[in-house]
Amino acid sequence: MSTLEILWFVLIGVLWAGFFFLEGFDFGIGMQFIMNARDQNDREALYQAIGPNWDANEVWLVTAGGATFAAFPFWYASLFSGFYLMLFIVLLSLIYRGVSFEFREQMPTIQGTQLWERLIGITSFLVPFFLGMIFTAMVSGTPIDARGNLSAGFFDYVTPFTLVGGIAVALMSYVHGLNYTRLRIDGPLRERALTQLKFLYPVLLAGEALFAVLLFFYTDFIQTKPVWTLAILVVIVLTTVVSWYTALKTKSEAWPFILSGLALVEVVVLLFVGLFPRVMVANNPLHTLDIMNASSSAYTLKVMTIVVITALPVTLAYQIWSFWVFRKRIVSHKVVE
Amino acid sequence: MVTLVGILDLARFQFAMTTIFHFFFVPMSIGLGVVVSVMETLYVFKKDEIYKKMAQFWGKIFLLSFAVGVVTGLIQEFQFGMNWSEYSRYVGDIFGSLLAIEALVAFFAESTFIGLWSFTWDRFKPGVHVLFIWITTIGSALSSLWILAANSFMQNPIGYAIDNHMGRAELKSFSALLTNKQLWVEFPHVVVGTLVTAGFLVAGMSAFKLLKLKKGDSEILFFRKSINIALIVGLVGIAGALGTGDKHAFDLQSMQPMKYAAMEGVDKTITSSERKDKAQPWSLISVTNPDTHRVIARVEIPYVLSILGNHSLTGGNTVGTTELEKQFEKKYGKAHGDIKNYYVPENTLFYSFRVMAMGAGALLLLGIVALWMNRRKSQLILTQRWFLWIMGIATFAPFALNTAGWLVTELGRYPWVVYGLMPISDAVSPNVSAASLLISNIVYFLTFATLGGVMIWLARRALHAGPNAEETEHLSPSDPYSHLAKGGEA
Repeated sequence: MSTLEILWFVLIGVLWAGFFFLEGFDFGIGMQFIMNARDQNDREALYQAIGPNWDANEVWLVTAGGATFAAFPFWYASLFSGFYLMLFIVLLSLIYRGVSFEFREQMPTIQGTQLWERLIGITSFLVPFFLGMIFTAMVSGTPIDARGNLSAGFFDYVTPFTLVGGIAVALMSYVHGLNYTRLRIDGPLRERALTQLKFLYPVLLAGEALFAVLLFFYTDFIQTKPVWTLAILVVIVLTTVVSWYTALKTKSEAWPFILSGLALVEVVVLLFVGLFPRVMVANNPLHTLDIMNASSSAYTLKVMTIVVITALPVTLAYQIWSFWVFRKRIVSHKVVE
Repeated sequence: MVTLVGILDLARFQFAMTTIFHFFFVPMSIGLGVVVSVMETLYVFKKDEIYKKMAQFWGKIFLLSFAVGVVTGLIQEFQFGMNWSEYSRYVGDIFGSLLAIEALVAFFAESTFIGLWSFTWDRFKPGVHVLFIWITTIGSALSSLWILAANSFMQNPIGYAIDNHMGRAELKSFSALLTNKQLWVEFPHVVVGTLVTAGFLVAGMSAFKLLKLKKGDSEILFFRKSINIALIVGLVGIAGALGTGDKHAFDLQSMQPMKYAAMEGVDKTITSSERKDKAQPWSLISVTNPDTHRVIARVEIPYVLSILGNHSLTGGNTVGTTELEKQFEKKYGKAHGDIKNYYVPENTLFYSFRVMAMGAGALLLLGIVALWMNRRKSQLILTQRWFLWIMGIATFAPFALNTAGWLVTELGRYPWVVYGLMPISDAVSPNVSAASLLISNIVYFLTFATLGGVMIWLARRALHAGPNAEETEHLSPSDPYSHLAKGGEA
C-alpha cells in the first residue's frame, strides 16, 4: 500500500464530500421548487439562490468520477458497469435537471416554465436518492467475479439498507437546502423553511438511528472497525442535533447550514473509513477490490498528484471568490400575490 | 434479440449516438463563446451599446447550447465505465488521467465563470465582466484539449508500456501524451471547426431574421453587424480548417494508412511512377463492394491525389486497402478476437470525407460572397432574398460537416478501439445486459429528440423576439420580481 494510493483514496473521498456539501444544498433547493415554493416569485428566488453556482458545484461529482477513473480504473470499471441502471437514472436526472435551469428561464409561457421547474424538483430528489442507494449497496457487498465484474440486476441492490440509505441522503440534502434557504433568501420561503425544519429534524434523527442499526446488519463495519464506526455514527447524530438546536433555538443561520452540510460530509467519511483499504466489497472476499489491486501505476498517480497540487488551490480560490460575489441575501419583495 | 443485436453493437450504437449528439453542442458552444467574447470585447473598446446587446442576445443562444453540451458531456464521463469497462481497465491508467485533468482544470473554470458572466452584467465594470466570458470560452476550449489528447491516444497510442502482470497498458510518459502528433492536428482542427460552426450559425440565423424584418426596421443594423462579426470568425475558421485538415490527411498516410486509403477510395495500390502521367488520380465518386472490398465504380480526376497526398503535382504512392489488409494480417494475425479482417467501412469514410471537405469549400465561397454583399454601403444582401435563404440553410451545414469529420476519424479506426493495441470487441462491458443497453439507447434517443427539439424551438423563439425583447413575458418589467431575473440581487 503506497502513500499515493492512500492519498488518492482520501482525495476521492474529499471530492465526494465536497460534492455532497455543495450540491447537497442545490438538491435541497431544487426539491423546494415543489416542496416549499408557493408561487412564481418563490421559485424565481430559489433559482436565484443557486443559479450562479450549481453548475460548478456539480463539477465536484464529475471530478470525483474522473479521479476514480484516473487513480483506480478497476474500481471505476466495476462500479460504473455494475450499477448500470441506477447510474443511468442518476445521469438522466442530471441531464434533465441541468437543462431545466436554462430552459425554464427562456420559456415563453408560465406553464412552460413551471413544467421544467417541476422537473427540477423531481430530479433534485432522484439524484441524491440513487447516489445514496449506490453508495450503501457498494459498501454492503456485491456479487463480483474474479475479473472484477459485478453482475446483478436492479432489484439485487434494493434492500432495506439501501432504501434507507437513499432516503437518508435525499433527506439530509433537503434539510441542508432548507438551511440554505434560511441563509440566502428573505420572505415567506424562509419562514416556511423553519416550519418544515421543526418537523424534519426529528425525522432525520430517527432515520439516522435506523441507518446505524441497518449498517450493523448489512455491512462489516462494526465488526472490522468498531471504534471508528461507532465514533463517526455518534458524531453524525451529534452534528444533526446541534444543527437542529442552532436552527430552532438561536438566531444563527450559518451554523445550522454548516452543520447540516457537515453531517453529509461525515456520512462520506463513515463510508470511506469503513471501506478502507477496500473500494468495492465483494460477497466473496477473494474478489474484493482494494486500493492496491484497483489502482493506477505509481507513475500515473505521481503525475496526477502534481496536477492536483498545482490546480486545486487555484480552482478552490475562484470557486470561493464566486460564492463571495453572490453572498448577499436575495430579498423577496412581497408586493403582489 | 440478443443474438440478432449483441451488446457490442448496442454499445457501439450508443457511443455513436451520444457522441454525435454531444458534438452538435460542443463546437456550437465553444464557437459561440468566441463570437460572444468578440462582441463583448468590441463593446468594451468601442463603448457602443449595440455590441452589448449583441453579446447578450447571442449569449442567450450560447447559454442554451452550453447547457445541453454540459449535460450530454456527463454521459461521456460515465459511459466508459458503464459500457466499456474492459476498455477502462485496460487503458484507464492513461485515459482516465486525461479525463480527470479535464474536469479539474477546465470544467471548474468554465462552469464557475459562466455563472459569474450570466449573473453579473450590472455588477462589474465592462472591462472586468468581459474577462468572465473569455475565461469560460478558453476553459471550454481547454477541456477539448484534454479530451482530444485522450482521443489522440486511441488513434495513435504512445508513451505507454504493457504490464503483463496487471494485464493493461500503463503510462510511461505524460509529456508524450501531450506532444502526440495526432493531438496537434486534431486539436487545432477541432478548434477552428468551432469557429466555423458558430460563425455560420450566427450568420445564418441573422439571415433568417433579415428575411422577416421590414424595410427600415432598426434591428436590421444589429443583424447585419452580427453577420459581419460572425462571418469573419467563420472564415478564419474555414481557412484554419482547410489548412489543418490538409495536414491531418497528409499525416494519416503514415499513421493510419487504412483510414487514408478508404477515404480516398484506393483499393489497389497506386504507384505514380508506373503511371503515364506520373501522378495519382483522385476519385470524385467511388463505390466499394462491402463484401469483396473492391471498388466497382469510380469517377477520377487526374493529378489531384498527388497534390493532396504528395503536396506536388506528380509523384507519391498510395497503398491500397487490399494490400494493407495483407500487411495487417501479417502484423496482427489473420484474426484478432472477434476481428475477421482489418477493413474499415470504405463507402462511409469516402463520402463523409467528401461531405466535409467540399462542404468546407462551399462555406468558404458563401462566406466571402456574403461579406461582400453585406458591405456597409451596399443594400445588396437585403434585396437578394434568395441569398439570405441560402445563408439560412447553411446554418445547419457545419453540424453535418462536424459529424462527417468524426465519422471518418472514429470509423476509420475500426476494428481497433486503441489503434493496433485493443480491438473494439474486447473493450465492451461483459456484465451489462443487452436489455439494459437497449433501454438506455431508447431513452437516450427520446431524450435527445426532446432536448434538441426544445433547444431549436427556444432558439427560434429568441430570434423571433429579437434583441430588443425584454425578459420572457411572465417576467416582464411590470412584474415586481423582474429584478430577480436579471441581476441576482436587488
